[in-house]
Amino acid sequence: MTDTSKQKTALILGGRSDIGRAIAHRFAADGYTVALAARNADSLETDKADIALRYNVPVSLHELDVLDTAKMPQFVDGLGMLPDVVVSVVGLLGDQAENETDLEKATRVMRSNYEGPALLLGIFANLFEQRGSGTLVGVSSVAGDRGRAANYVYGSAKAGFTAFLSGLRNRLAGKGVHVVTIKPGFVRTQMTEGMKLPAPLTAAPEEVAEATLKAVRKKQSTVYTRPVWLLIMFIIRHLPEPIFKKMKA
Amino acid sequence: MKLSGWGRFPVVECHIAAPRNQDDLIRLAQSRPLIARGNGRSYGDSSLNSQLTLDMRHMNHMLAFDNETGQLTAEAGVLLSDIIDTFLPRGWFPAVTPGTKFVTVGGMIASDVHGKNHHKDGSFGSFLDWIEILTADGEVQRCSRNQNADLFEWTLGGMGLTGVILKAAFRLRPVESGWIRQTTVSAANLAEAIDIFEASGSSTYSVAWIDCLSSGPSLGRSLVYLGEHAALTDLPPEKLKAPFETPRKRKLNVPLDAPGFALNRWTVKAFNAVYYKAGHSKSGTQLVDWDTYFYPLDAILDWNRIYGRKGFAQFQCVIPLAQSKAGMQALLKAISAAGQGSFLSVLKRFGPQDSRFSFPMEGYTLALDFPVNRRSLDLMDKLDKITLAHGGRFYLAKDARLKADTLALSDTRVSQFREMRKSTQAAETFSSAQSDRLAL
Ligand SMILES: Cc1cc2nc3c(=O)[nH]c(=O)nc-3n(C[C@H](O)[C@H](O)[C@H](O)COP(=O)(O)OP(=O)(O)OC[C@H]3O[C@@H](n4cnc5c(N)ncnc54)[C@H](O)[C@@H]3O)c2cc1C
Ligand SMILES: NC(=O)c1ccc[n+]([C@@H]2O[C@H](COP(=O)([O-])OP(=O)(O)OC[C@H]3O[C@@H](n4cnc5c(N)ncnc54)[C@H](OP(=O)(O)O)[C@@H]3O)[C@@H](O)[C@H]2O)c1
Repeated sequence: MTDTSKQKTALILGGRSDIGRAIAHRFAADGYTVALAARNADSLETDKADIALRYNVPVSLHELDVLDTAKMPQFVDGLGMLPDVVVSVVGLLGDQAENETDLEKATRVMRSNYEGPALLLGIFANLFEQRGSGTLVGVSSVAGDRGRAANYVYGSAKAGFTAFLSGLRNRLAGKGVHVVTIKPGFVRTQMTEGMKLPAPLTAAPEEVAEATLKAVRKKQSTVYTRPVWLLIMFIIRHLPEPIFKKMKA
Repeated sequence: MKLSGWGRFPVVECHIAAPRNQDDLIRLAQSRPLIARGNGRSYGDSSLNSQLTLDMRHMNHMLAFDNETGQLTAEAGVLLSDIIDTFLPRGWFPAVTPGTKFVTVGGMIASDVHGKNHHKDGSFGSFLDWIEILTADGEVQRCSRNQNADLFEWTLGGMGLTGVILKAAFRLRPVESGWIRQTTVSAANLAEAIDIFEASGSSTYSVAWIDCLSSGPSLGRSLVYLGEHAALTDLPPEKLKAPFETPRKRKLNVPLDAPGFALNRWTVKAFNAVYYKAGHSKSGTQLVDWDTYFYPLDAILDWNRIYGRKGFAQFQCVIPLAQSKAGMQALLKAISAAGQGSFLSVLKRFGPQDSRFSFPMEGYTLALDFPVNRRSLDLMDKLDKITLAHGGRFYLAKDARLKADTLALSDTRVSQFREMRKSTQAAETFSSAQSDRLAL
C-alpha cells in the first residue's frame, strides 16, 4: 500500500462541479490525497470510488454550504487534518435579469461567489500562516475584471473575490503561503450547458485543472484559462467608458 | 446542435442533454423518444435522435474492481482508454476491444463489439456479467443471464433501442506486459489468407489487412497479423524492468478537411501497394506495443477528416463459414471492378456466436470504408446484394445507408427484435435516425 503519511492533501471546495471534479482528478493523478467538500456530500460517493480506484489515493467527503458562515470553523475542525492545498471552485452564475429586481436572488449570487469562498479561504489562510506553508487557490472569473451589463451582479462578486485573493497573497508573501487566482473565460460545464460558446475561447474543465496544478507547482499568481483571455480582458479593461457603454456587452 | 457519427454522414440537428447521475437521467428521459449516445464512434446514425440525444459521457465513474476476478464495475460513459490507463499498469487488459480505444462501455455493450480475438473469446458480451438499464417504464433494472435475461440479451447488440445503460460489470483479462508478440504473414490472394486464418485458430489475435484494389490472381492479397500478449519470458531485459511501460506516442492531427480529390483511385492504389510491400518485407515476429497493435488509427486524431467534408461510409458484413470464400471473392471482385478502393479493408475470422441481435456469427467479416458519393453508394448497394446472396448480414454500428428491406432479408431476428420493441413500449421510447430508417 502507499504510505499516506507523506502524501500531500488537496481539499476541493465545490467538488461536484465539472471544474472541481477535473481538478480533483488532476491532483489525485499527481499523487495527492483528495478531500471533496460540497452540499449533499453523500451523493459524491461515486466520485469518491472513482477517484480512489483510478489513482489509488485516499478520498474523503465533507459536507459544506459556504452560505452557512457560522458553521465554517466547525467544518474546518471536522476535516481532522490541515490540507496542503485548498481550491475553492464554489460559485453561482444566477440570472442577471432576476438579480436586477430580486434582492434575495442577487444576495445569494453575491454571497456564493464572494462572501462564502472568501471567508472560508480566510480561515485556512490563518492556519496556513501559523503552519508556515500551504497553497490557496480561488477560482474566480474574467467576469470580475470589468462589470458588464450581461452579468455584473455575478461579475462584481467575482471582482470582490479576486481582490480578496490578491490581498491575501500580498499579506502572506514571505510567510511560506502562496495564493493563486484562476480566472477562467468560458468553460464547457454544467453552468454553461446549452449556451453557444465560441470554440477557440472555450476551455474544457481538464484544461482548467491542468493550469491549476501547474500554478500551484510553479507558484503562479494569476492565471487566465485559456491564456488568450489575458489579452481579451486587457483590451476590455482599457476600453474607454463611452465606447464600452455603446457595446452593452 | 449538429451531430453525426464517426463517418460524418449523415449530419442531424439534435437536441442534446447530458445527465450527470441517475436522477438526472430519469428526469431527462421523461421526454421521448430519445437515444443514448456514447463517444460517437459508431460510423453512421445509430446514436442520433433529433428530439433528444443523451450524451452519456459525464456518467463516467469507475465504481469497483475485483483484483481476483478482474471484474470492473463502471458507469456506461467510462471510456475504454481510461480503463486501459488505469488497469494496464496493474496487469489487466480489456478482454475484447474494438479497433479504437475511444469508445464507451455503453457503446461497446449496445454494439456487442468484437475484437481480433472473436474466434477464440467471442464478443464483449462473453465477458459481461450484468448491467443496469433504464427501460421504457422509467425504471432502472438490473439484468444478467439469470435475472431479466430477456432484457439482458436483447440489450447486447441492441443499439440502444431497449433502453439507456447506466452501469455494467465486466471482466478484464490478466496480462504480464503491455507488449504484443506480433507475427506478420503475407498472403498472395484471398484463398491463401483464408488458409492462414484457418491454420491460426489457436492464435489469440488475428486480423488481415486486404489490398482491395488488387485483382486477377492476386485478388485479395493481404497481410495477416497474428498476435499474443507477450509474457515476461518473451521480453528482452531492458523491457523487463517496467513491462507495462510502452512508449507514449505523439498524436498527429488532421488539421483540416482534406480536399475531396485527395483520396481517389490512384492515391488509394498507391497507398495500398506501398503498404503491402512494406508489410511483406517485415514478415516475421516482432514485439509491438499494445497501442500500436490494437489502435493504430488512434494515433491520428480526427483521421475521419481525411475523407473531406462529405464524410464517409463504412460497409461491414459477415458471411457464414460455408459461403465465406465465395462471398468474399464476389465482394472483392465487385470492389476491384468498381475501382472504388477502400483506404482500409479488414478481414477477420469470427467464431461461433449465438445471440439475440448481435452482429457476429461464425464466418468471415469484411470491413471497408468509402467516401460518400454516388458511385460508392451504388457500389455498397451491390455489396448488400452479394452479402444477401451468400447468407450474410450487416453490422449496424458501421451502417449509415442500409435499407430496411435489405436488413429484414438478411436477418430473421429482425422481426423478433421489432416485436420485442413493440410489446415492451421500447419502440415509442427509444429510437435513433438509424432505427427510423431501418424500421426497427
Ligand atoms: C476506428 C474504429 C475502429 C472500430 N473497430 C471496431 C471493431 O474492431 N469491432 C467492433 O465491434 N466495432 C468497431 N468499431 C465500432 C465501435 O466499436 C462501435 O460503434 C461502438 O459502439 C462505439 O462506441 P461509442 O461509445 O462511441 O458509442 P456511440 O457511437 O455513441 O453509440 C453506438 C451505439 O451504442 C448505443 N449506446 C451508447 N451508449 C449507450 C448507453 N449508455 N446505453 C444504451 N445504448 C448506448 C447508441 O445508442 C448507439 O446505438 C470501430 C469504430 C472506429 C471509429
Ligand atoms: N463555466 C464557466 O464558463 C466559468 C467561467 C468562469 C468562471 N467559472 C467559475 O468556475 C467555478 C466552477 O463553475 P462550473 O462551471 O463548474 O459550474 P457549477 O457546476 O455551477 O459549479 C459551481 C459549484 O459551486 C457549488 N456551490 C454553489 N453554491 C454553494 C454553496 N452555497 N455551498 C457549497 N457549494 C456551493 C456548487 O455546488 P452544488 O453541486 O452543490 O450545486 C457547484 O459545485 C465557479 O466558481 C464559476 O463561477 C466558470
